[in-house]
Amino acid sequence: MKKETASRRKFILNMARSAGIAALGGFVWSAYIDEVTASALTLRPPGAIKEEDFLKTCIKCGLCVEACPYDTLLLAKPGDHKPLGTPYFTPRDIPCYMCPDIPCVPVCPTGALDESSVTTNGELDITVADMGLAVIDDNSCIAFWGIQCDACYRACPLLGEAISVVYEKNERTGKHAFLKPIVHADVCTGCGLCEKACVTEKPAIFVLPREVSEGRAGNYYIKGWDKNDEKRLEQAHEIKTTTNISKNSALDSLNDSEDLY
Amino acid sequence: MRKLWNNYRYLFFRRFTQIGLLVLYFGANAWGWTILMGNLSSSLFLNVVPLSDPYAMLQMLAAGAVLASDLLIGAFIITLFYLLIGGRAFCSWVCPVNIVTDAAALLRRKLGVDRISKRQPATRNMRYWVLALSLILSFAMGVTAFEFISPISMLHRGIIFGLGFGWAAMLIIFLLDLFVLRNGWCGHICPLGGFYSLVGKVSLIRVQHLKENCTACMKCKVVCPESQVLHMIDKESLPVLSGECTNCARCIEVCDDDALEFSIRKLAKNKNIGE
Repeated sequence: MKKETASRRKFILNMARSAGIAALGGFVWSAYIDEVTASALTLRPPGAIKEEDFLKTCIKCGLCVEACPYDTLLLAKPGDHKPLGTPYFTPRDIPCYMCPDIPCVPVCPTGALDESSVTTNGELDITVADMGLAVIDDNSCIAFWGIQCDACYRACPLLGEAISVVYEKNERTGKHAFLKPIVHADVCTGCGLCEKACVTEKPAIFVLPREVSEGRAGNYYIKGWDKNDEKRLEQAHEIKTTTNISKNSALDSLNDSEDLY
Repeated sequence: MRKLWNNYRYLFFRRFTQIGLLVLYFGANAWGWTILMGNLSSSLFLNVVPLSDPYAMLQMLAAGAVLASDLLIGAFIITLFYLLIGGRAFCSWVCPVNIVTDAAALLRRKLGVDRISKRQPATRNMRYWVLALSLILSFAMGVTAFEFISPISMLHRGIIFGLGFGWAAMLIIFLLDLFVLRNGWCGHICPLGGFYSLVGKVSLIRVQHLKENCTACMKCKVVCPESQVLHMIDKESLPVLSGECTNCARCIEVCDDDALEFSIRKLAKNKNIGE
């Protein structure tokens, strides 16, 4: 009987010990995962699903990396400060050259790269890919200084559509024009050829994931002149709030003279 | 020479498959070979057959990912394969970390670490805890928890696509196995090994012990990375039925008395009854 109690105690102690170690391990483990998956600046291959879903769906096999003919895509190694093993690209080193047959997407075995998101009318269409959005820092862009440069405009594979150049009078000289590049967010695929082509020491035009580079107006503002945007009104629902107004508290507030002295 | 072959033949074949697979994967990335593309997480065999890590699939399932058909087929093929040839055959015949931990175990024996202190500070059941924990964390955090820290993936992915600081993980595992815990990584912690142990519970190919030939030299127990599975040595003629056996066949090679051999599960059992 005594032996039985002792062994039972030992069993319970062992279980408690294991649970304790598991809790400690789980804490360190989850903290680490939380940290490594938090890097918001990772540019994904074309057709990548939402980052949150991408992280659970990508099996890190590297088939997209092997399919890429330009060695654009890399798998994150320890030390890259990206979610380990997931594919990414760095446009300043090698941008996405937007192959018309998009070899990296159909090979994905898990659907983390979604073929349907880069398909129009049943055919693969790289121009609807959405890897990110190019943004311009007009402080360091020399075209905004008045120096003639259209490197990004010329490099853009959707020439004249994703980046256009607007002319503006240069008031400083009075006789020259600014040729300012403008990115059109609805067309830009985030391929990064502009970032690669940019002549400044650190690129003045660079690609960021849309989640980072774009704001959100929210539901309070609607473009009344835009039929499509106005459709959002259909989903709007009334929010009613009632505040109980007390006559006494208003009077009390007026009569309260404590703050005066 | 003949003895050398006899004592290392399976080891040679294991290293051949381990390194051969890595060469095929490496060639796919470096020179565009299409025999075996991808890596051990998921690959494409001959441009047609998908192969996927069923444990990674389980984590994806726990994380709440939508599972694609290629992935399901691939994981099914791999599971079926290891149900046939022994669950943890993956560990000793495919996994590249096995080369690192085998080296650590060899050095540990040569240095006589276990003669200094015999006590092992941890239980081999830890891997099942880690396995459960990985699925719980995958579920709670919505990512494939083990895949983000797996030193196995770090190594094989590293060899194929570039290692980065992955060598540090290998060094840690080597030192852990050498000084801290005998068969520490593969035999105690690795949840993938734990997963394949569960698969291996019902798999077909088994090591069979023949007591009448045994001289109780215990060489097999010395080389075995999971020596608890050889509990029947010199006691009973039984097949090794524990899923934790990696089918590495080191015990078969080192046995000079033909007291161990490979057999098929059912046949081995019948033989046993016949006695």
